[in-house]
Amino acid sequence: MTIQPAMTSENNAAVQKLRKQFADDIVEVSTFRNEITAEIRAEALIPICRFLRDDRELQFSFLMDLTSVDYPERRDRFAVVYQLYSLQYNRRLRLKVRVDGDHPSVESVTPVWKGANWLEREVYDLMGVQFRGHPDLRRIVLPDDWEGHPLRKDYPLRGPEG
Amino acid sequence: MGIETRLAPNIITANLEKLVNWARAGSMWPLAFGLACCALEMIVTATARYDLARFGMEVMRPSPRQADVLIVAGRLVKKMEPAVVRLYDQMSEPKWVIAMGACASTGGLFDTYAVVQGVDKVLPVDIYIPGCPPRPETLMHGILELHKKVKAEHFRKYA
Repeated sequence: MTIQPAMTSENNAAVQKLRKQFADDIVEVSTFRNEITAEIRAEALIPICRFLRDDRELQFSFLMDLTSVDYPERRDRFAVVYQLYSLQYNRRLRLKVRVDGDHPSVESVTPVWKGANWLEREVYDLMGVQFRGHPDLRRIVLPDDWEGHPLRKDYPLRGPEG
Repeated sequence: MGIETRLAPNIITANLEKLVNWARAGSMWPLAFGLACCALEMIVTATARYDLARFGMEVMRPSPRQADVLIVAGRLVKKMEPAVVRLYDQMSEPKWVIAMGACASTGGLFDTYAVVQGVDKVLPVDIYIPGCPPRPETLMHGILELHKKVKAEHFRKYA
């Protein structure tokens, strides 16, 4: 096994290209255990995703997962997380978008990756984030008549009835 | 009684209630139905090593209309609840319910919004079997206890 040089955000092609193309939309780039996370402004989500997918030297054609995090103490309470994978170059990239806590809503990436459909439904179901432009935003895990979003940290573990 | 002396030696007399209960307890067909890990112990119970056939129960029915006993094997999530109640409703009388394992009995370690805290909230349970999951011996013990219960039943329960 060859030891590869540590992957940093600075020698990463995707980050370099993003910084060049979308300089104002990159909030922060961080590295943890060789995994690179780029936090971006929500307004630029779709152009950035399209760019990462279509750029010939990146080709992040596969949205591996789409999840969300609840930070109850922050004003922009939720974060939506996109795990991208380039089948062509065997490279990964994580995008993060901050979402407002009162009316959590973010643009749907289903026009970019069709596979986002059910993933966004799951985030909507369990965390209550709306995805604008989603073709079929219904609950996917819980019963249709469920009230509330159980993965939010203020949701009681035993449900509203206790 | 005296009547036996007047019949041929190959004819015996019995209390009808006892006879019917004996027959019912002797061939209780379970619904082939499992929800979680307990289902695997239930399946093993039906294999040659434990041999559920000894109790006349080897025929796991794939249809509720042919089943006599519903073994709820595993935690019941709330989304599944209407489906299980429907299965129970489709079974014909007489029918019995076994809550197999901690989760089916009380919700077990799944003390959360998503899980029904014991199937007795939605079904009339006859026998509760402890364990997580119960071993086949425990399941068979529960089944034998159910047989005892069935043998002591009265017709007026169904009247």
